[in-house]
Amino acid sequence: MSLKDKLVSSFFAFEDYIDADSHIHEIRNKAIKTFEETGFPTKKEEAWKYTSLNSVLKEDYCVFPKKENSVEFKEVKKYFLHEIDTYKIVFIDGVYNSFLSETTHDKVDVCLMSSALSKPKYKAVIENYFNKVAKSDSLSSLNTAFAKEGAYIFIPKHREVEKPIEIINFATGNEAALLLQPRNLIVAEENAHVQIIERHQSLTDNAVFTNVVSEIFAGKNSSIDFYKVQNDNHGASLIDNTFISQKDGSNVSVHTFSFGGKLIRNNLNFYQKGEHINSTLKGITIIEDKQHVDHNTLVNHIEPNCESHQDYKGIFAEKSTGVFNGRIIVEKEAQKTDAFQQNNNILIDDKATINSKPQLEIFADDVKCSHGCTIGQLDEEALFYLRSRGIAKKEARALLMYAFASNVLDSVKIPEVKARITKLIAKKIGVNLGFNL
Amino acid sequence: MSKYTEDDLQKELETKEYKYGFYTDIKSDTFPIGLNEEVVKAISIKKEEPEWMTKWRLESFRYWKEMIEPEWANVHYQKPDFQAISYYSAPNSKPKYDSLDEVDPELLDTFKRLGISIDEQKKLAGVAVDIVMDSVSVATTFKKTLAEKGIIFCSISEAIKEHPELVKKYLGTVVPQKDNFYAALNSAVFSDGSFCYIPKGVKCPMELSTYFRINQAGTGQFERTLVIADEGSYVSYLEGCTAPSRDENQLHAAVVELIALDNAEIKYSTVQNWYPGNKEGKGGVYNFVTKRGLCEKNAKISWTQVETGSAVTWKYPSCVLKGDNSIGEFYSIAVTNNFQQADTGTKMIHLGKNTRSTIISKGISAGQSQNSYRGLVQISPRAENARNFSQCDSLLMGNKCGAHTFPYIEAKNKTARIEHEATTSKIGEDQIFYCNQRGIDTEKAIALIVNGFSKEVLNKLPMEFAVEAQKLLEISLEGSVG
Repeated sequence: MSLKDKLVSSFFAFEDYIDADSHIHEIRNKAIKTFEETGFPTKKEEAWKYTSLNSVLKEDYCVFPKKENSVEFKEVKKYFLHEIDTYKIVFIDGVYNSFLSETTHDKVDVCLMSSALSKPKYKAVIENYFNKVAKSDSLSSLNTAFAKEGAYIFIPKHREVEKPIEIINFATGNEAALLLQPRNLIVAEENAHVQIIERHQSLTDNAVFTNVVSEIFAGKNSSIDFYKVQNDNHGASLIDNTFISQKDGSNVSVHTFSFGGKLIRNNLNFYQKGEHINSTLKGITIIEDKQHVDHNTLVNHIEPNCESHQDYKGIFAEKSTGVFNGRIIVEKEAQKTDAFQQNNNILIDDKATINSKPQLEIFADDVKCSHGCTIGQLDEEALFYLRSRGIAKKEARALLMYAFASNVLDSVKIPEVKARITKLIAKKIGVNLGFNL
Repeated sequence: MSKYTEDDLQKELETKEYKYGFYTDIKSDTFPIGLNEEVVKAISIKKEEPEWMTKWRLESFRYWKEMIEPEWANVHYQKPDFQAISYYSAPNSKPKYDSLDEVDPELLDTFKRLGISIDEQKKLAGVAVDIVMDSVSVATTFKKTLAEKGIIFCSISEAIKEHPELVKKYLGTVVPQKDNFYAALNSAVFSDGSFCYIPKGVKCPMELSTYFRINQAGTGQFERTLVIADEGSYVSYLEGCTAPSRDENQLHAAVVELIALDNAEIKYSTVQNWYPGNKEGKGGVYNFVTKRGLCEKNAKISWTQVETGSAVTWKYPSCVLKGDNSIGEFYSIAVTNNFQQADTGTKMIHLGKNTRSTIISKGISAGQSQNSYRGLVQISPRAENARNFSQCDSLLMGNKCGAHTFPYIEAKNKTARIEHEATTSKIGEDQIFYCNQRGIDTEKAIALIVNGFSKEVLNKLPMEFAVEAQKLLEISLEGSVG
């Protein structure tokens, strides 16, 4: 039985067992129908031209893990941002783990999707926001159909969450192959501020396939910083579908750091539904072996006077493949838009591949839109300069690579995250940079 | 085009109708509408082609039958009914002409109105013209001068008869019969076109040029051009198009194949001004063209195009950089106004070592038109030290039009160096104000600014063409400023 058939047939059992209210029930049924009709995307679709899911879909995934699993804190401490105090929402094999988590209901809600979906107190928010910005493409629909657990973050007007929130999904590897579908909802009302760090981590080399959907709503003048750390084991594949709806004057930034995992696809969609909005999309990708990372971004400028900045850097070694498909749409009402998109890539080895497709679709005339894309190598002269000053080849190369990628880090606002990423880059390049940031 | 003055432009701007929208009544030898194997055979027989050619056409037709019309381009139009088109039409006054005196005077008059004064061009521009009107060559000039150098420049049907070994060797090698839907259709039913062969080491002493024109109502045009530059040779080839006003949509599906052997250079320039449809978007030509060049070692192919006409344009002049050290260039200006739609760009396929390519594309959209750049830069694993530079700039006038960029960049070699940049802008109010202040009216100011914007590409055109192209830009954009 193919994974698609398995999912469709297990849907009804799933529906009976979680017993959600009628509103969600309808959305779920519609979503499974959409998925049944479209199935998993194939390379024949333009948006999936460079990424094939075949190697991921061939595994026999367990859709509902039977038993609750647990892990020791000391085993997983290194995956937390333990240097500073944070709120934590931790899931183990898709099930909430209260022992590792630290949630709150004090002025802001940092808690669970499962309770938000079932408790009447959250009903208004769920009705207003749930599945309101997510697209109905096949993978998002699949997630919607099985939406049950994930992070629920609600920040009311004029509130600032005093410490960052970590969302961590662990996979224990107790199942030979596991399918996870977390569903996150983040709502920041007017003038609210929040910082979020999201991580998917499998603890063994067993196959894990995560299809996550995050819906983010930024109210007037709110600000949201979202950091995605993707440094998973080589058995793990991730499809990250993030949808962001922004209102007037809001400021949302998403940083994606892709170092690990077998196949990663980031579908990052921004919808600017107001004026004077600022959207930032940045990413560093450093991969090797047969890893595959695909960044698929969309910024939809709907109203006038908005800005968007995209900057993606990639370093590709061995047989790895990088894909960048960035799309900027400027609607005809969106005059005075300032949209910028950049994608720079370095190929280290002969078998590495880059496919880049930066797209602009512009319907307004008074706009400033530009994109740039480069593919190249490390500058031989710069290498020579460093080596002539007694720096070994490996370190010299590492320094240049770090310099290439590091300006993406400039806009990271949490120093500990910056330090963590710097360390990860150094580890990935295989050197000790000899300095800490 | 040299006699063109400001007053002429003034007059055109006032009338604001398609300048070349007249219809010459010449008796045409037109086939009944529809397409089947019999029609393909009949075309071949009519053109007195050898058997291998008939077979080749039939083979193409069979491929075509299996194919479906592509839909991926960013254009929307009513699909032509391929069974409602007549696939052959030739001016009646056959057979050949030895001199221009024998040519139907009405036809000559048409060319005069098109601005191609054959006599004048003979004297002034030094351009040899192989005029294609409704598919069959009717006048060829300077043939003797070219013949002395061993250059073959004739219609493709003539080449099939007189130089079958060359045609057989190269036809369909760059654009295979089953390359795409329109190429297959063209291969099956192509009516005529130009053939050019430059022998080893010869530099063609003049610009070669053809003028295409759609004349007969409801006649699809299927031109086939084959240019072969043998080792170490050079040729500059110009192609210009104008078509009369028509209400129903006309189809134009041409195939152009360029072959540059070792150390050869081909420069191919196009000014395309098919009828774009009226202000309501009615009528106009569908232009679905496949153009591709193959570069052997150290060879160079340069495409320059100015696209101002057609209701729908679907065109990607490409370079296959097969040989080491070969060079591909693409310079393009695409202007769309009213309801025109253009999806155009290039493909640079880097196969050889040290291959280089440059892409400069300027898109100007006005009215309610849609203008897309679609390009592919592909570096194969064996293409060491490949280099590409691409620049796509768009200029928008008003918020009812659209400018789109769809670049595809695929690198499979670590030594590749690729740069791509794209910008979108509008004509600044301060720029217009500056011109107005100095007594230049807004319409002229726009023309001035657009010319400046397109200069990088216009500079690449041969001189005679550059003048014509500049004027075309002005005409195409008339009335687009609100």
